Amino acid sequence: MRKIVSIILLSVIAIGIVLTLMKIPFAVPKTKVGAYYVDKGVGQTGAVNIVTSVVLNYRGFDTLGEVTVLFIAALGLGAVLATVKKKTKREIMPSSLVLSTGCKFLFPFILLFGTYIFIHGHLTPGGGFQGGAIIASGFLLIYLSCPKKRINEARFKVTESIAGLTFVITGILGLAFGGYFLFNFLPKGVANTLFSAGIIPIIYIAIGFKVGAELAGIIDGLMRISE
Amino acid sequence: MSFLNNYIYYIGAVGLILIGLYILLAKHNLIKMIIGLAIMDTGVNLLLITIGYIKKGTAPIFSKTGLNPRNMVDPVPQALVLTAIVIGVAVLALALSLAIRLYQHYGTLDMRKIKEQRW
Repeated sequence: MRKIVSIILLSVIAIGIVLTLMKIPFAVPKTKVGAYYVDKGVGQTGAVNIVTSVVLNYRGFDTLGEVTVLFIAALGLGAVLATVKKKTKREIMPSSLVLSTGCKFLFPFILLFGTYIFIHGHLTPGGGFQGGAIIASGFLLIYLSCPKKRINEARFKVTESIAGLTFVITGILGLAFGGYFLFNFLPKGVANTLFSAGIIPIIYIAIGFKVGAELAGIIDGLMRISE
Repeated sequence: MSFLNNYIYYIGAVGLILIGLYILLAKHNLIKMIIGLAIMDTGVNLLLITIGYIKKGTAPIFSKTGLNPRNMVDPVPQALVLTAIVIGVAVLALALSLAIRLYQHYGTLDMRKIKEQRW
């Protein structure tokens, strides 16, 4: 019964989506705003990666909202898992020497790669969100290979808060210097060099730290309940 | 055949969305429902990226001179999906933590057996 109702509902939704997509041609330019960003982006923001200039300059306020959603999800996870009463005991087998040494050897290189990704967010594909996810994956590797190791939760919370505050303060400085929130008040520099694009690298470094600390905290919260 | 050539990406993305929605509606196990949610999330991201695609398009990055702006794909859906992926991961983790809590309270993940959640 339930499956039949679901299939009927799905076919109604499928017909709706198909009728909508029939009106959208494939692989041709569609939005005027996308063409505007591609044409004017480098001149107006100084970042050669147009996706970055859209994320942090044209739609910077939107990104602040998305970072807040991420923060609230991490906070909610902490609040839900804090009420877990009985901690289930689990036999933890120590991993072999080769595995744990290999993971410890790889860990700094993963951090370095993540840092590279978010510092060069305005020049190459990548940015704060991707770099933060790579850093968190390094912590996940350590958690899986050495079950005894734990991150310092308080320090991660402090890092996360400072990174979030940096984003908001940079925006407020823009309000003070240029008249509106997240105004690009620093010099734009020469395009396609590391020190260019004004406030974009600063905000992306802050987002990189924030996302990395948040996702590592989520991994820590999920690992903690089964020790 | 040209229909398939033109619309195969749309079909794939919409297929993923529908598969995820079917799992959400028809399955009883909470972990399977969360997996359905993740599949649906992937489908939505894929659909957004596909809508921004341009034939023989390049990434919207002016890393060297001589790139034609008219050949670049639409940056706006890419910017939206970039944040949506990370938020999807966080929401998935929140859903899993709620599932852990439900399991500890009721001792089961079957939605038919959890009293207040009967469909």
